[in-house]
Amino acid sequence: MEEKRVLIACGTSIATATVVAEKVKEIAQKAGIPVKVAQCKAAEVKGRIETFRPHIIVATTLVPKDLGIPVFNGIPFLSGVGVEAVEAQIVEALKKA
Amino acid sequence: MMMEWVREELVIVPMRARSAAEVITQLGIRLEQGGFVKPTWIPAVLEREKAFATGLPTPDVGVAIPHTDPEHVVRPAIAVGVLEKPVAFGEMGNPEGVVPVQIVCALAVAQSDLLVALLQRLVDMFQTPGVLQRIAAAKSPKEVVQIFQQYLQWSQPAGAEEPVG
Repeated sequence: MEEKRVLIACGTSIATATVVAEKVKEIAQKAGIPVKVAQCKAAEVKGRIETFRPHIIVATTLVPKDLGIPVFNGIPFLSGVGVEAVEAQIVEALKKA
Repeated sequence: MMMEWVREELVIVPMRARSAAEVITQLGIRLEQGGFVKPTWIPAVLEREKAFATGLPTPDVGVAIPHTDPEHVVRPAIAVGVLEKPVAFGEMGNPEGVVPVQIVCALAVAQSDLLVALLQRLVDMFQTPGVLQRIAAAKSPKEVVQIFQQYLQWSQPAGAEEPVG
């Protein structure tokens, strides 16, 4: 399978994005999907879409809605609430991408 | 040697506060008195919280992890407030969301690698069934310190990461 690119967007610090990035790598690996993960701040999302060309975005902060790329909420990876649901959605989206 | 992230003098239980700003200020004062953060830490955290809230909608017991940039931190620590009555924090990642928060972990970390490692442990700890309930029910700072020691399982002393090469 072709390598899928995931962009992780967070607030100001890269810390939450890194935690989420590790979780996303784990679930992709479990699902047998090769992924490349990049991180950025919310303000950099539009620029990174041009340069990194992600298949999906996982955000722990608010990102613009009109990006033309599926955006998933990364907060469940931090709070533990609704993790299974968002994991399933991300795997599904990566398979389709 | 165990890294002492949480010390008794950095724990406020029970904590009485009416707003997130009051909680952050009370915890910030403890951190500042202990020499863990600079006087700029409190205003920096209050400002960051407006733009990037840190309330996590964890099950049953809400948690917030206010923090800010490394430049405001002197040495690593976590100040913990266990609120008598939940206080509203903005929800992380959702500008319209509000989380009733009962446990506040104010993070003072000067290195981004260390902050990432700490966040990973904290997130796992928060997701361990019953842990947040135990912290919320704690009656003394000592109890809170013991719970963090048990579940954070941090074996590295502060500032002594694995030598490189």
